[in-house]
Amino acid sequence: MAGWPRFKRYMLRHPGVARLGVVVAMFLLWEVAARWWIDPLFMSPPSSVTASLPEMFQIDGIPGALRITFWELAVAFAMSVVIGLVFGLSVGLPAFSRRSFMPIVLLLYGTPQVTILPLFILFFGIGPASKIAFGVSHGIFPIIVTIVAGVQNLKPILLTSAKSMGANRWQVFRYVIFPHMIPSFFTGMRLGMTGVLLGVLLAELYVSTAGIGYFTTLFTQNFEPDHLLGLISVLAAMAIVLNEMVRRAEIHFARWRD
Amino acid sequence: MAGTGKRDAGWAVSRGVQVGFLVGLLVLWYVSTNYWGVSHLLLPEPVQVYWHFVDIIKTGEFLDDLNVTLSELAIAFTGSCTLGVTLGYLISRSPYAIRVFEPLFAGMYSVPIILFLPLYVLIFGLGPLSKIAIGGTISFFPIILSTIAGFGYVERTYIVSARSMGASDYQLFRYVLLPAALPVILTGMRMGFTVALLSIIGSETLASLAGLGHRIVHLAEGMDMARMFAYIAFVIAIAAFLNTVVSSLEARGRRR
Repeated sequence: MAGWPRFKRYMLRHPGVARLGVVVAMFLLWEVAARWWIDPLFMSPPSSVTASLPEMFQIDGIPGALRITFWELAVAFAMSVVIGLVFGLSVGLPAFSRRSFMPIVLLLYGTPQVTILPLFILFFGIGPASKIAFGVSHGIFPIIVTIVAGVQNLKPILLTSAKSMGANRWQVFRYVIFPHMIPSFFTGMRLGMTGVLLGVLLAELYVSTAGIGYFTTLFTQNFEPDHLLGLISVLAAMAIVLNEMVRRAEIHFARWRD
Repeated sequence: MAGTGKRDAGWAVSRGVQVGFLVGLLVLWYVSTNYWGVSHLLLPEPVQVYWHFVDIIKTGEFLDDLNVTLSELAIAFTGSCTLGVTLGYLISRSPYAIRVFEPLFAGMYSVPIILFLPLYVLIFGLGPLSKIAIGGTISFFPIILSTIAGFGYVERTYIVSARSMGASDYQLFRYVLLPAALPVILTGMRMGFTVALLSIIGSETLASLAGLGHRIVHLAEGMDMARMFAYIAFVIAIAAFLNTVVSSLEARGRRR
């Protein structure tokens, strides 16, 4: 009888265990629902999804499609960071260009870019180029906006004191602006990664001849929820890993502020 | 006086640069399509786009698609608000539940949910139901997270003092918890609205039978570029209008 209070105390002290329990319960519910209640044409239980994973990787073209998507994500992210950094600094550093161009950047950031997805396909074709371009168009704006905000928050007294101690422009950039910019730069990278994932995956799902979008359409039309769920899970895992990498980097590089 | 005069001049120049930038873009568009021989299949002629835009507004042919998209949005957003706020409130009542559930929802929120669109299409079909489901799912997360944050982190002193002055459960909710949580929840709702609109138009673009996103894809597949550009401009205007309305509602709710 003494076990129950101790168990309760243990659970109260470790919410992570309870969280794990919730996740397990959700998977069990899914398993039960898919096994007995839902038509197997539309939903399959997690056990058979897991079991069919190796089989899915055997399908001709799946490893290649995953590789292409990963490559698109990486290239789109790298391009977003470089372009966003250049634009962010050139818009954010001179006060004049910040006043003039920031409203335009915010205007573009606010437009729903999915509406012009068909244009990207027309301009860049149905290959990887259009996915990368669409990912970049989603990724650069958060990066530009956070970099501009980071540069803007720079205390003028730091600039003045650096200048009065005889720092030249490069030294001001290297030792004052750059370290100050790092945390907001990484925040921007995290938001940019979210945008790139959204853009690339949207474009992939929209039209694709060899990538993920081709296979999701194929599995949907053939009513193969096993493979569809497996593919989605692999992609979700990829997204989580990429997000987590950038988030870790953000925490790491924002430390010096505290 | 000299200082403000100088600032006004700088402001005027900035505005001039903005207007000049946009006008320059339009002129570039006009010149490149009319004189530099850019294919009209890639970039339609701006004057033509303008006339198509006028035509769309005049004939009112957008009404059906707009109706579909807006009703999907309304149902999805109402559903996610109801569910998100209710669940969020229930979770926020216990600090333990917050510690269990908040990281769970935050983790799920970081997965690009649009990935599940093929699954939703498989389960709910190509019709409006799959759009409602995806829009509802995507907007659910910002709403529940902000509800938990709003109700869960109310200053302890307020609650204790209200209780010690004899507030009933209802009074505590109405005069302490709700005013404290409302601004945060409204922000979450605005974010939820924006992503719901985006994801519904996006999923209409990807796989659908009707709606504004579907119309754009339909025109793109027919290579009817001028009309498609006009529709894109129309959808962007609608989205901007809706977002402005929601932001101003949020601002008004915060002020109270």
